[in-house]
Amino acid sequence: MANKNALCLRDIDAFYGDSHVLQKVSLTLGEGRLLGLLGRNGAGKSTCMNVTVGLLPPRAGAVEVLGAAVTRLPPEAIAARGVALVPQGRRVFKSLTVRENLMVAARDVLPGTRHQPWTAQTVFAMFPRLAERATQMAGYLSGGEQQMLAIGRALMANPRVLLMDEPSEGLAPQIVAEVMATIRKLKESGLSIVLVEQSPKLVFDIADDIVILNSGRVAVVSTAAELKAGAVDLRQHLGVF
Amino acid sequence: MTFWLLLTVNSITFGGLLFLLSAGFSLIFGLMRIPNLTHGSMFMVGAYLGTTFLSGTLGFTLDFWAAAVIAALEVAILGALMERLLLRRLAGQQLAQVLVTLGVSFMVADLCLMGWGGDPISVATPAGLGGFVRAGPAVFPLYRIAVIGIAVVFAVALWLMLERTRLGAMIRAGVDDPQMARVVGIRVSQLFTIVFGLGAGLAGFAGMIGGPILSVYPGLDQDMLPLALVVVILGGTGSLLGSFVGSIIVGFIYNFGQALLPELAYFVLFLPMVLVLVLRPQGLFGGQVL
Repeated sequence: MANKNALCLRDIDAFYGDSHVLQKVSLTLGEGRLLGLLGRNGAGKSTCMNVTVGLLPPRAGAVEVLGAAVTRLPPEAIAARGVALVPQGRRVFKSLTVRENLMVAARDVLPGTRHQPWTAQTVFAMFPRLAERATQMAGYLSGGEQQMLAIGRALMANPRVLLMDEPSEGLAPQIVAEVMATIRKLKESGLSIVLVEQSPKLVFDIADDIVILNSGRVAVVSTAAELKAGAVDLRQHLGVF
Repeated sequence: MTFWLLLTVNSITFGGLLFLLSAGFSLIFGLMRIPNLTHGSMFMVGAYLGTTFLSGTLGFTLDFWAAAVIAALEVAILGALMERLLLRRLAGQQLAQVLVTLGVSFMVADLCLMGWGGDPISVATPAGLGGFVRAGPAVFPLYRIAVIGIAVVFAVALWLMLERTRLGAMIRAGVDDPQMARVVGIRVSQLFTIVFGLGAGLAGFAGMIGGPILSVYPGLDQDMLPLALVVVILGGTGSLLGSFVGSIIVGFIYNFGQALLPELAYFVLFLPMVLVLVLRPQGLFGGQVL
Protein backbone atom coordinates (compact mmCIF):
# COMPACT_ATOMS: atom_id res chain seq x y z
CA MET A 1 0.00 0.00 0.00
CA ALA A 2 1.66 3.18 -1.16
CA ASN A 3 -0.46 5.55 0.87
CA LYS A 4 -1.25 4.30 4.34
CA ASN A 5 -4.08 5.90 6.22
CA ALA A 6 -3.38 8.54 8.83
CA LEU A 7 -6.19 7.32 11.07
CA CYS A 8 -8.53 4.39 10.94
CA LEU A 9 -11.36 3.47 13.28
CA ARG A 10 -12.69 -0.04 12.64
CA ASP A 11 -16.02 -1.29 13.98
CA ILE A 12 -15.77 0.67 17.21
CA ASP A 13 -18.22 -0.17 19.99
CA ALA A 14 -18.07 2.22 22.89
CA PHE A 15 -20.13 2.65 26.03
CA TYR A 16 -20.67 5.27 28.68
CA GLY A 17 -21.82 3.02 31.49
CA ASP A 18 -24.66 1.00 29.98
CA SER A 19 -25.31 3.46 27.19
CA HIS A 20 -24.10 2.14 23.85
CA VAL A 21 -22.86 5.42 22.38
CA LEU A 22 -20.92 4.12 19.36
CA GLN A 23 -22.15 1.12 17.40
CA LYS A 24 -19.77 -0.43 14.87
CA VAL A 25 -18.40 2.94 13.87
CA SER A 26 -15.72 2.87 11.17
CA LEU A 27 -14.03 5.81 9.56
CA THR A 28 -10.86 6.40 7.61
CA LEU A 29 -8.73 9.50 7.27
CA GLY A 30 -6.27 9.44 4.38
CA GLU A 31 -2.86 11.04 4.78
CA GLY A 32 -2.94 14.75 4.03
CA ARG A 33 -6.73 14.76 3.80
CA LEU A 34 -9.41 16.51 5.79
CA LEU A 35 -12.30 14.45 7.04
CA GLY A 36 -15.43 16.31 8.11
CA LEU A 37 -17.28 14.45 10.85
CA LEU A 38 -20.85 15.67 11.08
CA GLY A 39 -23.87 14.81 13.15
CA ARG A 40 -26.42 16.19 15.56
CA ASN A 41 -25.74 16.88 19.19
CA GLY A 42 -25.24 13.52 20.86
CA ALA A 43 -24.64 11.63 17.62
CA GLY A 44 -21.30 10.36 18.95
CA LYS A 45 -18.84 12.75 17.31
CA SER A 46 -16.98 13.73 20.46
CA THR A 47 -17.08 10.13 21.62
CA CYS A 48 -15.21 9.18 18.44
CA MET A 49 -12.56 11.74 19.37
CA ASN A 50 -12.34 10.46 22.95
CA VAL A 51 -11.94 6.91 21.70
CA THR A 52 -9.22 7.97 19.27
CA VAL A 53 -7.12 9.81 21.86
CA GLY A 54 -7.51 7.03 24.41
CA LEU A 55 -9.78 8.75 26.92
CA LEU A 56 -12.55 6.21 26.33
CA PRO A 57 -11.21 2.73 25.58
CA PRO A 58 -13.59 1.04 23.12
CA ARG A 59 -15.23 -2.22 24.14
CA ALA A 60 -14.69 -3.65 20.67
CA GLY A 61 -13.01 -2.58 17.46
CA ALA A 62 -9.61 -1.17 16.59
CA VAL A 63 -7.97 2.23 16.28
CA GLU A 64 -4.97 2.55 13.97
CA VAL A 65 -2.69 5.55 13.62
CA LEU A 66 -0.42 5.56 10.56
CA GLY A 67 -0.97 1.85 10.20
CA ALA A 68 -0.12 0.91 13.80
CA ALA A 69 -2.73 -0.27 16.30
CA VAL A 70 -3.18 2.06 19.27
CA THR A 71 -6.40 0.56 20.62
CA ARG A 72 -6.58 0.79 24.40
CA LEU A 73 -3.18 2.48 24.73
CA PRO A 74 -3.15 5.24 27.37
CA PRO A 75 -3.68 8.80 26.08
CA GLU A 76 -0.06 9.85 26.59
CA ALA A 77 1.13 6.91 24.45
CA ILE A 78 -1.32 7.78 21.69
CA ALA A 79 -0.12 11.40 21.82
CA ALA A 80 3.41 10.08 21.36
CA ARG A 81 2.26 8.32 18.16
CA GLY A 82 1.40 11.70 16.66
CA VAL A 83 -2.25 12.32 17.53
CA ALA A 84 -3.25 15.72 18.90
CA LEU A 85 -6.69 16.94 19.93
CA VAL A 86 -8.24 20.38 19.96
CA PRO A 87 -10.99 19.40 22.38
CA GLN A 88 -14.56 20.54 22.54
CA GLY A 89 -14.80 23.46 24.95
CA ARG A 90 -11.09 24.21 24.31
CA ARG A 91 -9.95 23.00 27.75
CA VAL A 92 -6.82 25.14 27.89
CA PHE A 93 -4.92 24.86 31.17
CA LYS A 94 -6.44 27.87 32.86
CA SER A 95 -3.85 28.39 35.59
CA LEU A 96 -0.94 28.16 33.16
CA THR A 97 0.25 31.10 31.14
CA VAL A 98 -0.22 31.06 27.38
CA ARG A 99 3.44 30.23 26.89
CA GLU A 100 3.29 27.44 29.49
CA ASN A 101 0.26 25.94 27.79
CA LEU A 102 2.36 25.62 24.65
CA MET A 103 5.48 24.50 26.50
CA VAL A 104 3.92 21.54 28.33
CA ALA A 105 2.63 20.12 25.05
CA ALA A 106 5.88 20.52 23.10
CA ARG A 107 7.15 17.34 21.47
CA ASP A 108 9.88 16.59 18.96
CA VAL A 109 9.00 15.96 15.36
CA LEU A 110 8.23 12.35 14.47
CA PRO A 111 10.34 10.85 11.72
CA GLY A 112 8.68 11.20 8.34
CA THR A 113 7.05 14.56 9.03
CA ARG A 114 7.16 16.84 6.03
CA HIS A 115 6.22 20.23 7.43
CA GLN A 116 8.36 22.67 9.38
CA PRO A 117 8.44 21.77 13.08
CA TRP A 118 6.10 23.80 15.27
CA THR A 119 7.63 25.81 18.09
CA ALA A 120 6.31 28.56 20.35
CA GLN A 121 7.74 31.04 17.81
CA THR A 122 5.90 29.59 14.83
CA VAL A 123 2.66 29.31 16.81
CA PHE A 124 3.01 32.94 17.89
CA ALA A 125 3.71 33.92 14.29
CA MET A 126 0.47 32.22 13.25
CA PHE A 127 -1.54 33.76 16.11
CA PRO A 128 0.02 37.16 16.88
CA ARG A 129 -2.67 37.79 19.48
CA LEU A 130 -1.31 34.90 21.55
CA ALA A 131 2.17 36.40 21.40
CA GLU A 132 0.83 39.60 22.95
CA ARG A 133 -0.63 37.57 25.81
CA ALA A 134 2.21 35.09 26.22
CA THR A 135 2.61 35.71 29.95
CA GLN A 136 -1.09 35.92 30.80
CA MET A 137 -3.00 33.13 32.49
CA ALA A 138 -4.96 31.23 29.86
CA GLY A 139 -8.09 31.46 31.99
CA TYR A 140 -8.22 35.21 31.31
CA LEU A 141 -8.24 34.89 27.52
CA SER A 142 -11.35 35.47 25.43
CA GLY A 143 -13.10 32.49 23.87
CA GLY A 144 -11.49 33.09 20.49
CA GLU A 145 -8.04 33.44 22.00
CA GLN A 146 -8.54 30.25 24.00
CA GLN A 147 -9.48 28.48 20.78
CA MET A 148 -6.30 29.71 19.12
CA LEU A 149 -4.33 28.56 22.15
CA ALA A 150 -5.98 25.14 22.03
CA ILE A 151 -4.99 24.85 18.36
CA GLY A 152 -1.47 26.10 19.07
CA ARG A 153 -1.12 23.67 21.96
CA ALA A 154 -2.12 20.77 19.70
CA LEU A 155 0.36 21.89 17.03
CA MET A 156 3.22 22.06 19.57
CA ALA A 157 3.16 18.27 19.67
CA ASN A 158 4.02 18.29 15.95
CA PRO A 159 1.17 15.87 15.29
CA ARG A 160 0.64 13.70 12.24
CA VAL A 161 -3.10 13.57 12.89
CA LEU A 162 -4.97 16.59 14.18
CA LEU A 163 -8.44 16.14 15.67
CA MET A 164 -10.53 19.28 16.02
CA ASP A 165 -13.74 18.94 17.99
CA GLU A 166 -16.15 21.78 17.14
CA PRO A 167 -13.55 24.54 16.98
CA SER A 168 -16.21 27.05 15.90
CA GLU A 169 -18.46 26.45 18.91
CA GLY A 170 -19.44 29.59 20.76
CA LEU A 171 -17.29 31.95 18.68
CA ALA A 172 -18.27 35.14 16.87
CA PRO A 173 -18.59 34.73 13.08
CA GLN A 174 -15.48 36.76 12.40
CA ILE A 175 -13.41 34.55 14.72
CA VAL A 176 -14.93 31.45 13.16
CA ALA A 177 -13.71 32.67 9.77
CA GLU A 178 -10.24 33.16 11.23
CA VAL A 179 -10.23 29.67 12.70
CA MET A 180 -11.38 28.18 9.41
CA ALA A 181 -8.65 30.03 7.54
CA THR A 182 -6.14 28.54 9.98
CA ILE A 183 -7.49 25.04 9.41
CA ARG A 184 -7.18 25.56 5.65
CA LYS A 185 -3.54 26.58 6.07
CA LEU A 186 -2.85 23.53 8.21
CA LYS A 187 -4.42 21.30 5.60
CA GLU A 188 -2.29 22.89 2.90
CA SER A 189 0.79 22.16 5.01
CA GLY A 190 0.00 18.46 4.55
CA LEU A 191 -1.44 17.72 7.98
CA SER A 192 -4.15 15.05 8.17
CA ILE A 193 -7.17 16.52 9.96
CA VAL A 194 -10.49 15.35 11.36
CA LEU A 195 -12.84 18.31 11.71
CA VAL A 196 -15.90 17.72 13.87
CA GLU A 197 -18.74 20.19 13.39
CA GLN A 198 -22.49 20.37 13.69
CA SER A 199 -22.90 22.72 10.76
CA PRO A 200 -22.16 21.25 7.31
CA LYS A 201 -21.78 24.75 5.83
CA LEU A 202 -18.48 25.23 7.62
CA VAL A 203 -17.17 21.85 6.60
CA PHE A 204 -18.22 21.38 2.99
CA ASP A 205 -15.87 24.01 1.57
CA ILE A 206 -12.81 22.69 3.32
CA ALA A 207 -13.26 18.94 3.71
CA ASP A 208 -12.28 16.20 1.27
CA ASP A 209 -14.31 13.41 2.81
CA ILE A 210 -17.41 13.48 4.96
CA VAL A 211 -18.75 11.01 7.51
CA ILE A 212 -22.11 11.68 9.09
CA LEU A 213 -23.01 10.03 12.38
CA ASN A 214 -26.58 9.49 13.50
CA SER A 215 -27.38 8.06 16.94
CA GLY A 216 -24.01 6.43 17.34
CA ARG A 217 -23.88 4.82 13.90
CA VAL A 218 -22.30 5.84 10.65
CA ALA A 219 -25.15 7.10 8.47
CA VAL A 220 -23.31 8.52 5.47
CA VAL A 221 -19.81 8.08 4.03
CA SER A 222 -19.20 10.37 1.12
CA THR A 223 -17.12 13.21 -0.22
CA ALA A 224 -17.73 16.91 0.24
CA ALA A 225 -18.14 17.34 -3.51
CA GLU A 226 -20.90 14.74 -3.73
CA LEU A 227 -22.78 16.10 -0.75
CA LYS A 228 -22.57 19.65 -2.02
CA ALA A 229 -24.10 18.40 -5.25
CA GLY A 230 -27.04 17.16 -3.21
CA ALA A 231 -26.41 13.43 -3.39
CA VAL A 232 -27.92 12.80 0.05
CA ASP A 233 -30.84 14.35 1.87
CA LEU A 234 -28.90 15.86 4.73
CA ARG A 235 -31.93 16.97 6.70
CA GLN A 236 -32.62 13.38 7.58
CA HIS A 237 -29.34 13.17 9.50
CA LEU A 238 -28.54 16.70 10.51
CA GLY A 239 -31.89 18.35 11.12
CA VAL A 240 -32.72 21.83 10.00
CA PHE A 241 -29.81 24.12 9.23
CA MET B 1 2.98 41.12 76.43
CA THR B 2 5.92 38.72 76.47
CA PHE B 3 3.44 35.86 76.71
CA TRP B 4 1.62 37.00 73.59
CA LEU B 5 4.83 37.55 71.65
CA LEU B 6 6.10 34.12 72.53
CA LEU B 7 2.78 32.57 71.63
CA THR B 8 2.88 34.37 68.30
CA VAL B 9 6.37 33.15 67.48
CA ASN B 10 5.39 29.62 68.49
CA SER B 11 2.35 29.85 66.25
CA ILE B 12 4.38 30.92 63.25
CA THR B 13 6.98 28.23 63.91
CA PHE B 14 4.29 25.60 64.15
CA GLY B 15 2.71 27.02 61.00
CA GLY B 16 6.05 26.62 59.23
CA LEU B 17 6.24 22.96 60.25
CA LEU B 18 2.67 22.46 59.13
CA PHE B 19 3.52 23.99 55.78
CA LEU B 20 6.34 21.49 55.23
CA LEU B 21 3.90 18.73 56.16
CA SER B 22 0.87 19.90 54.24
CA ALA B 23 2.39 21.30 51.02
CA GLY B 24 2.97 17.73 49.85
CA PHE B 25 -0.40 16.55 51.14
CA SER B 26 -2.09 19.32 49.21
CA LEU B 27 -0.16 18.74 45.97
CA ILE B 28 -0.83 15.01 46.15
CA PHE B 29 -4.52 15.57 46.65
CA GLY B 30 -4.70 18.29 44.01
CA LEU B 31 -2.94 16.23 41.37
CA MET B 32 -3.93 12.66 42.16
CA ARG B 33 -7.17 13.12 44.13
CA ILE B 34 -5.73 10.78 46.74
CA PRO B 35 -6.35 11.74 50.36
CA ASN B 36 -3.06 10.32 51.60
CA LEU B 37 -3.80 9.29 55.17
CA THR B 38 -0.22 8.03 55.58
CA HIS B 39 1.03 11.60 55.50
CA GLY B 40 1.21 11.76 59.30
CA SER B 41 3.08 8.46 59.25
CA MET B 42 5.62 9.92 56.82
CA PHE B 43 6.17 12.77 59.28
CA MET B 44 6.66 10.35 62.18
CA VAL B 45 8.87 7.91 60.26
CA GLY B 46 11.07 10.80 59.14
CA ALA B 47 11.52 11.81 62.75
CA TYR B 48 12.22 8.25 63.94
CA LEU B 49 14.74 7.61 61.18
CA GLY B 50 16.41 10.94 61.85
CA THR B 51 16.75 10.28 65.58
CA THR B 52 18.29 6.92 64.78
CA PHE B 53 21.00 8.59 62.72
CA LEU B 54 21.64 10.94 65.65
CA SER B 55 21.73 8.27 68.33
CA GLY B 56 24.68 6.24 67.08
CA THR B 57 22.87 2.89 67.40
CA LEU B 58 23.81 2.17 63.80
CA GLY B 59 27.51 2.44 64.63
CA PHE B 60 27.84 5.95 63.26
CA THR B 61 26.43 9.34 64.09
CA LEU B 62 25.25 11.95 61.65
CA ASP B 63 24.98 15.66 62.08
CA PHE B 64 21.36 16.85 62.61
CA TRP B 65 20.95 18.31 59.12
CA ALA B 66 22.47 15.32 57.35
CA ALA B 67 20.16 13.08 59.39
CA ALA B 68 17.15 15.16 58.40
CA VAL B 69 18.05 15.11 54.70
CA ILE B 70 18.81 11.38 54.58
CA ALA B 71 15.66 10.55 56.55
CA ALA B 72 13.69 12.71 54.11
CA LEU B 73 15.18 10.91 51.11
CA GLU B 74 14.35 7.53 52.63
CA VAL B 75 10.78 8.57 53.31
CA ALA B 76 10.55 9.96 49.76
CA ILE B 77 11.57 6.55 48.39
CA LEU B 78 9.04 4.81 50.66
CA GLY B 79 6.37 7.19 49.38
CA ALA B 80 7.27 6.65 45.74
CA LEU B 81 7.23 2.87 46.26
CA MET B 82 3.85 3.04 47.94
CA GLU B 83 2.48 5.02 44.99
CA ARG B 84 3.92 2.60 42.43
CA LEU B 85 3.06 -0.64 44.20
CA LEU B 86 -0.23 0.11 45.95
CA LEU B 87 -2.00 3.29 44.94
CA ARG B 88 -1.28 2.89 41.22
CA ARG B 89 -3.50 -0.20 41.26
CA LEU B 90 -6.36 1.71 42.84
CA ALA B 91 -6.47 4.62 40.43
CA GLY B 92 -9.82 6.36 40.56
CA GLN B 93 -11.12 4.30 43.47
CA GLN B 94 -11.12 6.90 46.16
CA LEU B 95 -12.70 4.81 48.91
CA ALA B 96 -10.16 2.03 48.34
CA GLN B 97 -7.34 4.58 48.45
CA VAL B 98 -8.59 6.03 51.72
CA LEU B 99 -8.84 2.58 53.25
CA VAL B 100 -5.45 1.45 51.99
CA THR B 101 -3.64 4.57 53.18
CA LEU B 102 -5.46 4.37 56.52
CA GLY B 103 -4.51 0.71 56.85
CA VAL B 104 -0.89 1.38 55.96
CA SER B 105 -0.76 4.19 58.51
CA PHE B 106 -1.84 1.76 61.26
CA MET B 107 0.71 -0.80 60.09
CA VAL B 108 3.46 1.81 60.06
CA ALA B 109 2.48 2.90 63.56
CA ASP B 110 2.82 -0.69 64.80
CA LEU B 111 6.16 -1.16 63.09
CA CYS B 112 7.46 2.06 64.64
CA LEU B 113 6.25 0.95 68.06
CA MET B 114 8.13 -2.32 67.57
CA GLY B 115 11.28 -0.64 66.29
CA TRP B 116 11.55 2.39 68.53
CA GLY B 117 9.47 1.45 71.59
CA GLY B 118 6.69 3.30 73.34
CA ASP B 119 8.67 6.01 75.09
CA PRO B 120 8.97 9.47 73.61
CA ILE B 121 12.38 10.18 72.13
CA SER B 122 13.59 13.71 72.53
CA VAL B 123 15.66 15.23 69.77
CA ALA B 124 18.52 17.52 70.64
CA THR B 125 18.48 20.96 69.08
CA PRO B 126 21.08 21.10 66.30
CA ALA B 127 24.46 22.52 67.20
CA GLY B 128 24.60 26.29 67.15
CA LEU B 129 20.83 26.77 67.38
CA GLY B 130 20.38 25.98 71.07
CA GLY B 131 20.56 29.63 72.08
CA PHE B 132 18.02 32.36 72.49
CA VAL B 133 17.16 35.56 70.75
CA ARG B 134 16.42 38.51 72.98
CA ALA B 135 13.96 41.12 71.77
CA GLY B 136 13.31 43.61 74.54
CA PRO B 137 11.73 41.75 77.43
CA ALA B 138 10.99 38.67 75.33
CA VAL B 139 13.33 35.74 74.81
CA PHE B 140 12.81 33.40 71.87
CA PRO B 141 14.48 30.04 71.32
CA LEU B 142 16.77 30.50 68.33
CA TYR B 143 15.75 27.14 66.85
CA ARG B 144 12.13 28.20 66.51
CA ILE B 145 13.19 31.22 64.51
CA ALA B 146 15.34 28.94 62.37
CA VAL B 147 12.35 26.68 61.64
CA ILE B 148 10.46 29.70 60.32
CA GLY B 149 13.42 30.44 58.05
CA ILE B 150 13.54 26.84 56.80
CA ALA B 151 9.83 26.88 56.02
CA VAL B 152 10.19 30.12 54.08
CA VAL B 153 13.16 28.75 52.11
CA PHE B 154 11.17 25.63 51.21
CA ALA B 155 8.12 27.66 50.30
CA VAL B 156 10.21 29.76 47.91
CA ALA B 157 11.95 26.70 46.46
CA LEU B 158 8.65 24.90 45.89
CA TRP B 159 7.16 28.01 44.35
CA LEU B 160 10.09 28.31 41.95
CA MET B 161 9.84 24.64 41.06
CA LEU B 162 6.12 24.89 40.36
CA GLU B 163 6.18 28.29 38.71
CA ARG B 164 9.44 28.43 36.81
CA THR B 165 10.14 24.92 35.54
CA ARG B 166 8.56 22.75 32.86
CA LEU B 167 8.03 20.02 35.46
CA GLY B 168 6.13 22.51 37.59
CA ALA B 169 4.00 23.62 34.65
CA MET B 170 3.20 19.98 33.92
CA ILE B 171 2.16 19.40 37.53
CA ARG B 172 -0.10 22.45 37.39
CA ALA B 173 -1.54 21.27 34.09
CA GLY B 174 -2.25 17.93 35.74
CA VAL B 175 -4.04 19.64 38.62
CA ASP B 176 -6.02 21.81 36.18
CA ASP B 177 -7.27 19.06 33.89
CA PRO B 178 -5.70 15.63 34.36
CA GLN B 179 -7.43 14.13 31.31
CA MET B 180 -6.34 16.88 28.97
CA ALA B 181 -2.82 16.74 30.42
CA ARG B 182 -2.59 13.12 29.34
CA VAL B 183 -4.05 13.91 25.93
CA VAL B 184 -1.33 16.48 25.24
CA GLY B 185 1.19 13.77 26.08
CA ILE B 186 2.19 14.58 29.65
CA ARG B 187 3.10 11.35 31.39
CA VAL B 188 0.88 11.99 34.35
CA SER B 189 1.72 8.67 35.98
CA GLN B 190 5.37 9.69 36.26
CA LEU B 191 4.29 12.98 37.74
CA PHE B 192 2.25 11.05 40.31
CA THR B 193 5.32 9.14 41.49
CA ILE B 194 7.45 12.28 41.58
CA VAL B 195 4.86 14.31 43.46
CA PHE B 196 4.07 11.51 45.87
CA GLY B 197 7.76 10.98 46.63
CA LEU B 198 8.32 14.72 46.98
CA GLY B 199 5.35 15.12 49.31
CA ALA B 200 6.41 12.16 51.44
CA GLY B 201 9.99 13.42 51.59
CA LEU B 202 8.86 16.88 52.68
CA ALA B 203 6.71 15.32 55.41
CA GLY B 204 9.64 13.19 56.58
CA PHE B 205 11.89 16.22 56.62
CA ALA B 206 9.28 18.15 58.59
CA GLY B 207 9.14 15.31 61.12
CA MET B 208 12.85 15.58 61.85
CA ILE B 209 12.83 19.39 61.82
CA GLY B 210 9.93 19.29 64.25
CA GLY B 211 11.75 16.77 66.49
CA PRO B 212 13.45 19.27 68.80
CA ILE B 213 10.08 20.98 69.36
CA LEU B 214 7.60 18.11 69.43
CA SER B 215 9.89 15.13 70.19
CA VAL B 216 8.96 11.78 68.64
CA TYR B 217 6.41 9.43 70.18
CA PRO B 218 3.84 6.82 69.21
CA GLY B 219 0.76 8.67 68.05
CA LEU B 220 2.67 11.60 66.60
CA ASP B 221 1.35 10.53 63.19
CA GLN B 222 -2.26 10.71 64.29
CA ASP B 223 -1.61 14.04 66.01
CA MET B 224 -0.27 15.60 62.82
CA LEU B 225 -2.56 14.14 60.15
CA PRO B 226 -5.73 16.03 61.21
CA LEU B 227 -3.75 19.26 61.25
CA ALA B 228 -2.62 18.68 57.66
CA LEU B 229 -6.21 17.91 56.72
CA VAL B 230 -7.44 21.15 58.26
CA VAL B 231 -4.70 23.14 56.52
CA VAL B 232 -5.55 21.69 53.15
CA ILE B 233 -9.28 22.13 53.55
CA LEU B 234 -8.80 25.74 54.67
CA GLY B 235 -6.30 26.57 51.94
CA GLY B 236 -7.80 24.52 49.14
CA THR B 237 -6.29 21.43 47.55
CA GLY B 238 -3.42 21.70 45.15
CA SER B 239 -2.69 25.28 46.13
CA LEU B 240 0.77 26.11 47.43
CA LEU B 241 -0.28 29.57 48.54
CA GLY B 242 -3.32 27.99 50.20
CA SER B 243 -1.11 25.55 52.10
CA PHE B 244 1.10 28.38 53.26
CA VAL B 245 -1.70 30.65 54.44
CA GLY B 246 -3.66 27.70 55.82
CA SER B 247 -0.62 26.50 57.78
CA ILE B 248 -0.06 29.87 59.39
CA ILE B 249 -3.76 30.16 60.26
CA VAL B 250 -3.84 26.69 61.78
CA GLY B 251 -0.55 27.38 63.59
CA PHE B 252 -2.20 30.35 65.29
CA ILE B 253 -5.51 28.64 65.99
CA TYR B 254 -3.81 25.58 67.42
CA ASN B 255 -1.37 27.41 69.68
CA PHE B 256 -3.73 30.13 70.83
CA GLY B 257 -6.50 27.57 71.27
CA GLN B 258 -4.33 25.37 73.46
CA ALA B 259 -3.13 28.30 75.51
CA LEU B 260 -6.45 30.05 75.99
CA LEU B 261 -9.11 27.36 75.69
CA PRO B 262 -7.21 24.14 76.26
CA GLU B 263 -10.35 22.07 76.78
CA LEU B 264 -11.75 23.31 73.45
CA ALA B 265 -8.52 23.14 71.39
CA TYR B 266 -9.91 20.69 68.87
CA PHE B 267 -13.26 22.45 68.72
CA VAL B 268 -11.55 25.72 67.90
CA LEU B 269 -9.34 23.95 65.37
CA PHE B 270 -12.04 22.14 63.47
CA LEU B 271 -14.70 24.84 63.56
CA PRO B 272 -13.08 26.88 60.77
CA MET B 273 -12.69 23.69 58.74
CA VAL B 274 -16.38 22.92 59.08
CA LEU B 275 -17.31 26.49 58.17
CA VAL B 276 -15.07 26.49 55.09
CA LEU B 277 -16.42 23.13 53.95
CA VAL B 278 -19.98 24.36 54.22
CA LEU B 279 -19.53 27.90 52.92
CA ARG B 280 -16.58 27.68 50.52
CA PRO B 281 -15.86 24.03 49.79
CA GLN B 282 -13.08 24.75 47.30
CA GLY B 283 -11.07 26.28 50.18
CA LEU B 284 -9.75 29.79 50.42
CA PHE B 285 -7.43 29.31 47.42
CA GLY B 286 -8.81 26.14 45.89
CA GLY B 287 -8.61 25.22 42.25
CA GLN B 288 -5.27 26.83 41.59
CA VAL B 289 -1.85 25.49 42.41
CA LEU B 290 -0.36 28.83 43.33
